[in-house]
Amino acid sequence: MNMEGKTWPFISTAWKFGDSISTDHISPGRYFHLRTNLPELTKHTLEDAREEYASNVKSGDFVVAGRNFGMGSSREHAAIMIKMSGAGAVVAKSFARIFYRNAINVGLPAIICNTDKIADKDQLSIDLELGKLKNETKGFELTFSPIPKEMMKILSEGGLVPYIKKYGDLKL
Amino acid sequence: MNKTLSEKILSRKVGKDVSAGEIIVTDVDYMFAHDASGPLTIDQLRTMGIQKPAYPDKTIIIIDHAVPSPNKTISNNQEKLRKWAIKTGSRFSEAGRGICHQVLAEDYASPGQIILGTDSHTVTAGALAAFGTGMGATDVAVAIGLGKTWLRVPETIMIKLDGDLPTGVYSKDAMLTFIGKLTMEGATYKALEFSGSAINNMRMDERLTLSNMAVEAGAKVGLISSDETTKKYLESRGRGEFFQKIMPDKKAEYTETLKFDASEIEPTIAFPDTVDNIKTVSEAAGTEIQEVFIGSCTNGRIEDLRIAADILKGKKVNPNTKLIVTPASRETLLLAVQDLTLQTLIESGATVTPPGCGVCFGALGGVPADGDRILTTSNRNFKGRTGNPLSGTYLASPATAAVTAIKGEIADPREML
Repeated sequence: MNMEGKTWPFISTAWKFGDSISTDHISPGRYFHLRTNLPELTKHTLEDAREEYASNVKSGDFVVAGRNFGMGSSREHAAIMIKMSGAGAVVAKSFARIFYRNAINVGLPAIICNTDKIADKDQLSIDLELGKLKNETKGFELTFSPIPKEMMKILSEGGLVPYIKKYGDLKL
Repeated sequence: MNKTLSEKILSRKVGKDVSAGEIIVTDVDYMFAHDASGPLTIDQLRTMGIQKPAYPDKTIIIIDHAVPSPNKTISNNQEKLRKWAIKTGSRFSEAGRGICHQVLAEDYASPGQIILGTDSHTVTAGALAAFGTGMGATDVAVAIGLGKTWLRVPETIMIKLDGDLPTGVYSKDAMLTFIGKLTMEGATYKALEFSGSAINNMRMDERLTLSNMAVEAGAKVGLISSDETTKKYLESRGRGEFFQKIMPDKKAEYTETLKFDASEIEPTIAFPDTVDNIKTVSEAAGTEIQEVFIGSCTNGRIEDLRIAADILKGKKVNPNTKLIVTPASRETLLLAVQDLTLQTLIESGATVTPPGCGVCFGALGGVPADGDRILTTSNRNFKGRTGNPLSGTYLASPATAAVTAIKGEIADPREML
């Protein structure tokens, strides 16, 4: 599983968000009518949290947040939009259950670690296999628990759709 | 035996003893997708190369989020779902029939089932001792295609509510109080189980309100043991044969037990922008409110409309606010017509909209103006939830909503009962 034109681990920029970023912040319900037009919908990614994100995010950048990221609705569009916006991963202190599952299902790495010392615009590199996050700007390294093995099987195929296409069944 | 309700239901389903922490692959009894996530669900099925559901009679397509459709894009999406349901022989719930969770409660959910929906409030079915849980479009697509899903058996937090709720205090107030205590992430990855004499005494509609909001504490499921109330409810729906008694074992292990005295619970309000930002109505009284909404899968049932109508009878909605009422289903609407509940609400100045999700999630109707405060009987108040990030959303019971509509400011229902 690789970002287009990038091989893990790569160095990229952090976009820092706070606690309790809900799916309404990520994918506002008022854009409901755009849910079948994903490129258009993606222009509104995280609009109610940081309006400038969608037009300025660069491919491979990291969404970094506090606690309970993705709380609320089951709308998978929230995870898809972050992925389509170009983000390489979401790093948060904790995730809401459905969002975490959706992120893995759409091939968006969701990493749980203490993000207190990561600031906006810090340069980060993340090693998914070793479970290490390096803050290049501040010169420290954090370790994180690897993604559960059942979910890593899905993520390493690029998501649940390619997983099912390959195996034709759930063999976790 | 020492099983929680979750462990019991899931063990029966997979035919062996399973306990918290285990990953299981299990059959699913009903899987549904609605018009907000259904088009993506069908696209994902197609991308996976799956032409039809494994079990069309267990697959339900429900049009409820934009009713009636406000534009051609949404009409075309709904038509795509309609055609897919017909082509595959799946079950179909047309626009106007009702909000998916109410339709599930009325026509499908029963004890011991596993129900998956592309909606986080699928937990509502837990009031009928069904393991209902929300997932994304791709997970539900896989369930539709294979007839099964994978789950982690959750640990459980027990919420015990004993005693009697005072007059003017409802299950909504109790649930907001629980969430205030749990916090909005306190039950993440876990199950909630509700028990105690106050739960035993609750009607099914009150229980559905509790289970519906389990996800607001992050929970995977919000379960209540099935009992005589469950049996009678199923019988009233012509589904008595699906009743079975399911309760946790006496020695079931809970990660935590939170005990509440029902007599101490007060009318409660969640302030913007999180559901755990709780205040009592007495603390909040006097806050001006420009719009009141009574409806949603949380509190849009006939009993909720009757509570509001009893308060609004012979009174008028304050000229500084607006009242919108949305019955949760066509049956709710019809009952409200037959017993004149609707007439009372309309005479008071309410605007009634067709059964659906619109106002609650900010996509259709009732969007507040900049700086407005909207008080709703629904389940979420995140920034922008009701359609305008420059407004604030307050959550309360139908009774609090009704008195607030009369006063034009947050008011205590106990003053009018």
